[in-house]
Amino acid sequence: MKARQKYNTGALILLILGLSTIIFPLYMTVVIAFKQPSEMTNSISGILSLPQHWSLDNFREAMRVTDFWRSLANSAVITVLTVVLSNVIHSLIAYVLVSSNAHSRFYSFVYLFIVSGMFVPFAILMMPLAKQTAEMHLANWAGVILLYVVFYMPMNVLLYSGYLVNVPMALEEAARVDGATTWRTYWRIIFPVMKPMHATVAIITALAVWNDVMTPLVIMAGSGQNTLPLAQLNFQTQFGTNYNLAFASYLLSLIPILIFYLVCQRQILSGVMNGAVK
Amino acid sequence: MKDEKKRTYLLITIPILALFICFNTIPLLRGVYYSFTNFRGFGSYDWVGLRNYIDLFTDARVGKSYWFTFKLAVVTTVVVNVISMLMALALNSRIPAKSFFRGAYFLPNILGSLVVGYIFNYFFTYILPAFAQMVGIDALKSSLLSNPSAAWIGVMIVCAWQAIAMTTIIYISGLQTIPADVYEAGDIDGATGWKKFRYLTFPLIVPFFSINMVLSIKNFLMVFDQIVALTKGGPAQSTESISYLIYNNGMSGGQFGFQSANAVIFFIVIVAISAAQMKLSSRKEEQL
Repeated sequence: MKARQKYNTGALILLILGLSTIIFPLYMTVVIAFKQPSEMTNSISGILSLPQHWSLDNFREAMRVTDFWRSLANSAVITVLTVVLSNVIHSLIAYVLVSSNAHSRFYSFVYLFIVSGMFVPFAILMMPLAKQTAEMHLANWAGVILLYVVFYMPMNVLLYSGYLVNVPMALEEAARVDGATTWRTYWRIIFPVMKPMHATVAIITALAVWNDVMTPLVIMAGSGQNTLPLAQLNFQTQFGTNYNLAFASYLLSLIPILIFYLVCQRQILSGVMNGAVK
Repeated sequence: MKDEKKRTYLLITIPILALFICFNTIPLLRGVYYSFTNFRGFGSYDWVGLRNYIDLFTDARVGKSYWFTFKLAVVTTVVVNVISMLMALALNSRIPAKSFFRGAYFLPNILGSLVVGYIFNYFFTYILPAFAQMVGIDALKSSLLSNPSAAWIGVMIVCAWQAIAMTTIIYISGLQTIPADVYEAGDIDGATGWKKFRYLTFPLIVPFFSINMVLSIKNFLMVFDQIVALTKGGPAQSTESISYLIYNNGMSGGQFGFQSANAVIFFIVIVAISAAQMKLSSRKEEQL
């Protein structure tokens, strides 16, 4: 029975069907983004046929209307800084909490306190935060980064501490015998050991931050600045009924993350799996 | 030596804890405080005691948003988990180009849900009616999203389209934990198809099933982006999710205090569901 080793055709058919539902909306986006409004008739074939000629005019116009490069730069700065700060701050606090919560009531309380922040929905924080960030002059991208560092702290502390409990303490004791301070021991021994978890945290945090709409919408609304998703929302009215322009803009906003996914697909998949199972 | 360690730990913990309290605990407490006032978001306000909470339970719009949000969350969770389980089984079976399929199936998850919502908005408004016209399905000739009794299905489809990616990946990692000899033993006993799944596969991936239930329910209860992109709560407020209502009426509708009370109730609901699910899933895992 085993010798045949045939492919599972039923599964394959199911997967191809499923795949078509994933590809169709993306195909639609590309086709409409390249067309001119005059090519869009009301029939299905008019909308979904390939464009007569592939022109980049819609993209040029969309970049101008939505101030694409500025929004892209804002999104990139916010995402990169959030990821770096998360890797540094969340791993550091997780290390302190894990290595002392067994014999200190204070630290085990802090651990529970931070991790239980996971249950707080943004909906209850958003109105007070909008007020508070305005009062603190943080109603801008810097405030958004600070908020992300706080929001993702519960999840990331949980991830890091799940990893840290399996790191042998002998490593650290050896360094300590050599007379290194706690601070130095951490950066030279512990921080590098957590490398796989740094990657997982970076990927999960980056995907969440890059695509987030609600936080910048609530916090940066008055700053005149946009992130990439926020620009799609704010310029929605300017697209009017020119769907070709709108779709060119949508496609532009998806391209950076698509490229990122194509390049680091394996790392993203394993990072996400790693994080979800913990 | 010991003191040095203690001091370093405190010096690390205090600023980070202060940051967390400043942007998580304090706004949470402020939200609770505002829920007892008639604050409109600006100007002066008075303490109104439990008035907002009493009003909440009689407010038809709030009731409607809870009904919509829970209906959406429960139905989408079931749909997503059934499809994801099937897809995970298929992706884990003997198929060609396995890594290509896995990569492609995860794609919807990395795309921003707002833009995905806009793309589907066009699909529901123009493509689907044109298609219905062509093949002659009367029910779908007008936009799904403009029908008050069916618009939630549109929201459900978009939520599911994106969420299936993540749920499937979690099921796949569950299936990979099952040792091959379990199936070999099953083959000897003559287990096939549904029976094999029901008595062999499923019991072994129950922990992953519980993770997916918790993640799905919680995510869909907090739905926001898809609503903004697809319906803006309409038609006739039939797709107003709790988060959307709090944002819309609290931030710009002058109901800061009232919607704070709504948010407090929502917070309690989320905590209760998470606690219940954790208890339930830990009990199931013990049985194994």
